[in-house]
Amino acid sequence: MPINAKDVEWVEEPPMNFWEATFLPAVVDGLCATGHHVTHFQSVTQMYPEVASDLPKHYRGVHRLNRDDAGRVKCVACMMCATACPARCIDIVAEEAPKDDPKWVDRDKFPKSFVIDELKCIYCGMCEEACPVDAIEMTHIYDLTGMSRQEMMFDKEKLLSVFDQTKDCGLDPVRTHKGRLGPASDFQQLPTLGPATAVLGDDRSAKATSPGVIAD
Amino acid sequence: MLNLISSTWEWLVGMLPEPLRPYAMPILAITIVLNVNLGVCSYLILLERKLSAWMQDRHGPNRVGPFGLFQPVADMLKLLLKEDVIPGHVNKVLFVLAPGISVFTTFLAFAVVPFGPVPSNLSPGDGQFPFIIAPGVDLGVVFIFAIGSLAVYGIILGGWASNNKYSALGCLRASAQVISYEIPLGLSVVGLAMLNSSMSIEKILINQASHGLIGWNIWYQPVACVIFFIAAMAEAQRLPFDLAECEQELIGGWHTEYSAMKWGLFFLAEYTHVITISFLTSILFFGGWHFPIIAEIDSAYPGATLVKVAVLLSKVFSVIVLIQMLRWTIPRFRFDQLMGLAWKGLIPLATVNVVLVMTVLQFKVYQLWLFPLSMATFVAAGLMATQSTRPFERRGPAPVEEQGHGGHATAH
Repeated sequence: MPINAKDVEWVEEPPMNFWEATFLPAVVDGLCATGHHVTHFQSVTQMYPEVASDLPKHYRGVHRLNRDDAGRVKCVACMMCATACPARCIDIVAEEAPKDDPKWVDRDKFPKSFVIDELKCIYCGMCEEACPVDAIEMTHIYDLTGMSRQEMMFDKEKLLSVFDQTKDCGLDPVRTHKGRLGPASDFQQLPTLGPATAVLGDDRSAKATSPGVIAD
Repeated sequence: MLNLISSTWEWLVGMLPEPLRPYAMPILAITIVLNVNLGVCSYLILLERKLSAWMQDRHGPNRVGPFGLFQPVADMLKLLLKEDVIPGHVNKVLFVLAPGISVFTTFLAFAVVPFGPVPSNLSPGDGQFPFIIAPGVDLGVVFIFAIGSLAVYGIILGGWASNNKYSALGCLRASAQVISYEIPLGLSVVGLAMLNSSMSIEKILINQASHGLIGWNIWYQPVACVIFFIAAMAEAQRLPFDLAECEQELIGGWHTEYSAMKWGLFFLAEYTHVITISFLTSILFFGGWHFPIIAEIDSAYPGATLVKVAVLLSKVFSVIVLIQMLRWTIPRFRFDQLMGLAWKGLIPLATVNVVLVMTVLQFKVYQLWLFPLSMATFVAAGLMATQSTRPFERRGPAPVEEQGHGGHATAH
């Protein structure tokens, strides 16, 4: 598109006044600013290895698997996190909950194994977002080391132990639905929803007998 | 204590063969100046790094020793032990010679700078510490400027011998800048020379000290002081005038190809230059070792000499800190602004200043009138700068792309 001359506004630099033209007041002004920083020194640098760094509240460190009230793993093995993970570092093997065990009577599925490759993980937080029962959360632990790659594959026990370590430390409170599963796991009657928009009379897809199949 | 030192010194000198004895004291002075200078330079670098860190809300170097106090040692060791790369495409002789010239000239300029109260009745061999390497040089100021302008050879040779376009551009800029700023630098001191009827730094110092606080040249030549300070910073290639090595445009400027201790020598030369101009500023304009009550010309209490040295050194230190703070406060000039400042600002101002001094001397006006007169000159220059700026004309409309210009315009 050609530039319309009416849309162009020329910005002129303002003319200098007397004090600006002599430069020196501006120099003194600058010296005052820098000198003030020297005399009122307040460092923004954190002395990291000696002093623990001050992390933001939303810091995304090592994952943990939350427990519910009964101390069971909260995860319902729905695979949402593994699906959302852009780095594909989550590996879940689901198993049906033992129905005859009174401890597991209210649960359908649970993860038999839950492994996160912490070396592959990019710490984006998508798993946390995706989890419908708030089972997987990220903590403030950032200094994790291991002697081998195998050591950095965090399994279910390790992730649960991270939860035990961090739940009371103040930095990583269990964020939502403490102790309970999230609403997604509750059995409840969902209200029937009408179509979000009014259906037009000539909309053939709305008249279809089954979704996705459009009859002529 | 002092007696013990002086008697030991006399005994040592007595050991020397007769013809060598007059040289003992100058050699001692040279040794002290060189070594103190080297040590002070490295710690000034630490100070500058700390200052810049504090200005930018950082901690600065603090890992080597308490508060990073051994950082200069680590830096020096690093510079000495690093591989000394000489690229294949350089002119080897000049490439090696250039840092040497830089350091040599800056140290040579220090020869006529008094670093304490120079005894008035100095003669070689009478056992008095001279507080100056070369006493009694009547053209001291001219000598410093002459040697200082030789320092640009180090830069030009280094940049040219590097056989690198960045270095070449850097050294061309450096030479243009140094040559331009020589003029205001020299002109700003002409007034001083006329007022004191001498070019000798020692005499200018004594002259100020004998008149007390009111004798300081800053009261007679305030504008010259500012001009001298600015021009001297430009001569030393300190920021905001370090166009010759500005990193964004020229990688490293004229020392792009230099590494290890050869680069360190350039750096040392720059810092020695800073020390020299700080000495000059405090001696020429701020009374040198003179300070009311504690360090007058006739104060003769025990240890007065040491107090005078301390006064001078603290003045010098203040100027150095000011220079370092300016470096981290003001952004670098554009090259045309740099040239404009010298040719359109400083040189005319300095010339007017010289004319003022001549007028005052010719008509025997009370000399302190120079202070308001200089200020008036400064204000007048500022007014001229504001008034002469042409009002910005409204520019025409933005260029409108022509319609139907081939197939291009219609394709939008």
